[in-house]
Amino acid sequence: MLAPHLPALQVAVPLVSAPVCLLLRNPRHAWAFTLMVSGAVLAIAVLLLQRVFAEGTVAYAMGAWAAPWGIEYRVDMAGALMVLIVASIGAVVMPFACKSVRHELPESCIGLFYTCYLLSLTGLLGIVVTGDAFNLFVFLEISSLSSYVLISLGATRRALTAAYQYLVMGTIGATFILIGVGLLYMMTGTLNMLDLSQRLPAVADTRTIQVAFAFITVGVSLKLALFPLHLWLPNAYAYAPSVVSAFIAATATKVGVYVLLRLFFTVFGAQFSFGAMHVGDILMVLAAAAMLVASLVAVFQDNVKRMLAYSSVAQIGYIILGVSLASAAGVSAGMLHLFNHALIKGALFLVMGCIFLRLGSVDLRDMSGLAKRMPLTMAAFVVAGLSLIGVPLTTGFVSKWSLVDAALIDGRWPLAGLILVSSLIALVYVWRVVETVYFQPVAARMRGVREAPAAMLIPTWVLIAGNLYFGIDASLPSGMARRGAETLLGLAGQ
Amino acid sequence: MLTLLGLYNYWIVIILMMIGFYVVIARPNLIKKIVGLFIFQTSVFILFISMAKVEGGTAPIVEAGVVSYSNPLPHVLILTAIVVGVATTALGLALVVRIREAYGTINEDEIYTQDEEA
Repeated sequence: MLAPHLPALQVAVPLVSAPVCLLLRNPRHAWAFTLMVSGAVLAIAVLLLQRVFAEGTVAYAMGAWAAPWGIEYRVDMAGALMVLIVASIGAVVMPFACKSVRHELPESCIGLFYTCYLLSLTGLLGIVVTGDAFNLFVFLEISSLSSYVLISLGATRRALTAAYQYLVMGTIGATFILIGVGLLYMMTGTLNMLDLSQRLPAVADTRTIQVAFAFITVGVSLKLALFPLHLWLPNAYAYAPSVVSAFIAATATKVGVYVLLRLFFTVFGAQFSFGAMHVGDILMVLAAAAMLVASLVAVFQDNVKRMLAYSSVAQIGYIILGVSLASAAGVSAGMLHLFNHALIKGALFLVMGCIFLRLGSVDLRDMSGLAKRMPLTMAAFVVAGLSLIGVPLTTGFVSKWSLVDAALIDGRWPLAGLILVSSLIALVYVWRVVETVYFQPVAARMRGVREAPAAMLIPTWVLIAGNLYFGIDASLPSGMARRGAETLLGLAGQ
Repeated sequence: MLTLLGLYNYWIVIILMMIGFYVVIARPNLIKKIVGLFIFQTSVFILFISMAKVEGGTAPIVEAGVVSYSNPLPHVLILTAIVVGVATTALGLALVVRIREAYGTINEDEIYTQDEEA
């Protein structure tokens, strides 16, 4: 009965749950309810994925108003992969949240925290499933506004300024996207993405469409923190509550990349974006700069969450590098890295949550000898760190390998070298942490520090297990990434 | 020349957009930044409203003898965008209130020095 409405339910379930959660107020009830909703969202995502596997692209007319007049929800393989990432990270993070949030937030805020979390989840899922350009802007703002609130709930006052900075830059980005969408509507009279893609070629040579393309590219790049538009990201990730860092780092920027893919390939078409506008060359330079500069900056950070945030900027560089090649191999490698990086960074930020719970700090200088006190937590850090560097048998290796492969197919061997150099820098910053926690004497403040509770360790290790499992058998994500890329590039005859 | 003047709506859009953007970038006062941001967003609202106008068209209400209507869709879109803008402004100002409580100032430079000293 509900099966035909899966795309709508994917968004409606968390959206309707948010006000319910607001009414609950009691921290424990709100958490249990959010946990249930996250589970339901994941179940819907899996069912939706099965349908996309079986039938190909799923289209859904919202309120039975036929596209292009009504709002259409459209889930293809690339979208299904993104929905799976967002929903599963949400479902893994929630069991972790109970203890972590109670430790980091005042009691009165906890009900509101889960409400905002559900809204953020709604927005992210909505961006992925919608097939309407204006609807995309609305969902983008739903997810952004709620994540500003989530970030501002961090423990120190710097969380407030970080959230403020993110709000200003995020709003500029979203408004740029709105301008672009407006200009597209001006020339074509439609907002449906599929309809846009059919009408755009006729007017592609006009200045208006070129300006629209520029605005949208800059706006989305701000949202996904492409170097040098990443300035909001390090503080936002570093000072947000641990759960929020893990959730946002693993999903929000990834969804930004998805928006970029969707607009470049589906709406504008690869021929216009990469052929006429040469956006590939620009993205490639910026991605390469991100990989080098952000990795280098990460080496010099003492706050480990901030270090991971800079590493995220570098990893976004990898993903965009794959996209900028505009070949099936490149885009699919980029999407694969997107999936893997969600697993890696989700796990690393959950580890930071465990450390913050017990140690009350994520500063490297406070961590010496921590591995003696929290062996399981730090072992998780080591495995995820190896995956971040790209050591064989971890997911990081698989996607970096396919990125190098894609670069070599294109004959761009300097890029392949750059990927290796950037990975070596990752080795340096991961090693700094490992050296401190394993090989330095136990600091005096470690008295009374013990292993994180099971409720937090299990979700962390679930993500670590994902890192190892998909590092050995990558057929599921790489198959989806390949099919997703083929759909985006219009190669698949579905 | 006449066409350039005839498109004065778009000139207003550009001027407002630049004023808003400049205020966001150049003013250290956090409240002024939020106001600048709202001006910036408002300019986009006018852009949408301007493109909805059809020459000789009236308000989109069905009436006998009227054949040409303005396009109502951008108006509806902008209604949504205004709500988003109001929400952003409210949230931004709420954050400024909290920042003022925590730092005792709403000047960006002073906040920066306080963070550096800490």
